[in-house]
Amino acid sequence: MARYLVGRALQAVLSMLVVVSIVFVLTRLSGNPIYLLLDVNATQRDQEILTRHLGLDKPLPVQYGIYVMNIAVGDFGNSIISRRPVTEHIWERLPATVELGFVAMFLSVLIGVPLGMYSAVRRGGVLDTAARVFAVLGQSMPTFWLGLMLILFFGVVLGVLPAGGRGGVLHLILPAFTLGYFTSAAILRLTRSAMLEVLGSDYIKFARLKGLHEQVVLWKHGLRNALLPVVTFAVLLFVQFLGGAVVTETVFAWPGLGRLILESITTRDYPVVQAGVLVLSALYLTGNLCVDLLYSYLNPRIRHYSS
Amino acid sequence: MTALFAPYLAPHSSTEGDLIKKSIPPIWMERGNPEHPLGTDRFGRDVLSRIIWGSRISLVVSLVAIGVAGTLGTLLGLVSGYRGGLTDAFLMRLTDIGLSLPTILIAVVMVAVSEPSFRNVVLVIALLLWPRFARQIRGETLAIKEHDFVALAVVAGRSSAWIIRRHIFPNVVPTLLVISTLQVGYVILLEGTLSFLGVGVPPPNPAWGLMIADGRGFLATAWWMSLFPGLAMLLTVLAVNLLGDWLRDHLDPKLRQAAPTAGAESPLAEAAERVEEIPATGATAGGDGG
Repeated sequence: MARYLVGRALQAVLSMLVVVSIVFVLTRLSGNPIYLLLDVNATQRDQEILTRHLGLDKPLPVQYGIYVMNIAVGDFGNSIISRRPVTEHIWERLPATVELGFVAMFLSVLIGVPLGMYSAVRRGGVLDTAARVFAVLGQSMPTFWLGLMLILFFGVVLGVLPAGGRGGVLHLILPAFTLGYFTSAAILRLTRSAMLEVLGSDYIKFARLKGLHEQVVLWKHGLRNALLPVVTFAVLLFVQFLGGAVVTETVFAWPGLGRLILESITTRDYPVVQAGVLVLSALYLTGNLCVDLLYSYLNPRIRHYSS
Repeated sequence: MTALFAPYLAPHSSTEGDLIKKSIPPIWMERGNPEHPLGTDRFGRDVLSRIIWGSRISLVVSLVAIGVAGTLGTLLGLVSGYRGGLTDAFLMRLTDIGLSLPTILIAVVMVAVSEPSFRNVVLVIALLLWPRFARQIRGETLAIKEHDFVALAVVAGRSSAWIIRRHIFPNVVPTLLVISTLQVGYVILLEGTLSFLGVGVPPPNPAWGLMIADGRGFLATAWWMSLFPGLAMLLTVLAVNLLGDWLRDHLDPKLRQAAPTAGAESPLAEAAERVEEIPATGATAGGDGG
């Protein structure tokens, strides 16, 4: 078990280092940053001063070392456009991304779990078939297109929901559904297969034999046991929402971290892009790590299997 | 098919429009023009023709990207599975790391910084895709390695390269075919997402994602500009996914019940595999589930 923990944590650290390195290589590939920072009238001397100031005259491995050290202490430098510390920009935008991710996860569980349960109970029924179509469509639909069509229908045609921006609860519905559609389909299928497994077990048969009410059997004995994979999966999804909200945030003009990254790409504000990607990746990898550990702790099969 | 015959099927040019005929609605609406069944976009370009030509971009990008990723992944998977030991441990850790990266995020930034172009889009997608191939092919190789004909070849003094080429590779081809098909849909969606965000194949190419993004500003007045390319994408991906599922069931029953590979694999990958044969896109594309 301990070996598994250490190995898994080490892998997360390595993954983060890979992301850090990719970002480093990309920012160095994208041309000399001093041309972005200085204006066209800058003299040769200005350029040299700035180059030295930014440490760009040092050999690449040294630059890489300094870069990793700075990241480790949370110093991402200043934005090229606003001249404010990048961390400020990140903190401004992070709450919106977390909020959206949280609501989307909640929504997918709310849709996925009950539908999955009933698909399992009424196997082969109308709802089961409908749920399967829902799931298959979810896998094949481009998220951004779904978002636009929802805007078209609810925002433009019916005019009942706002098309974008952040505000009250109403503003959350469309983006959260867009973000959560695929995952609610995934949760649905996971709940269904877990429920089917549980419903075939002896203790469910026993509970029925005891003469318990069918609803009690299903919700109390059935769902509780089927829930473990579903819950861990939902947490994993939340983490992925954080990492993948770029698309949905763009469609709905949602002022989150993903959109900040995309905006900064267009304005070539690379310090912000760099920090945004690193923060999202770090959240993503840490989240994945936590879920893996939680899962192996909760599931004795894995605990024994890997020790 | 549509992609193959694009020049014959498409009634109009995909990149040249007639500004006089801009924003014509589809044929069944008022003001519709029988020459443009699905309407025209803001530059007067025929939407149907652009969708037909756009299918080429989606197809070529996914085929080339999968070709590159498949070759690299298969090669590494074969070597990793056959050699075992340290090589295997190293390559599989590399694969784990590759699988744990937030895909969309990395793809967007990579393409954006390296200037969007056809080549860069393909390269970035391939770079993010190969671990999926390597993982599966390695598993297959491990199983095939145990067969007698491999032991015989070793006894006969054949080189490792020869054995891999003659005995192992032909046996992983069905698996390879199935994974490749199942990835096509994912790559089409990924390419579409990149195009939509403005970091895909550059305009005026009629990439579907680009068309949808173009029509975004005209949702209220000219919804057909965005609706039809997305519908085309949905149907294509749906068809490819169904084909992939069918192939898996008929060609390679082993894959269906593939046991999770031993070792330090993430336990959640197992749970995720149960729910998504096709990895997440868009929303989840950050990590595509595993």
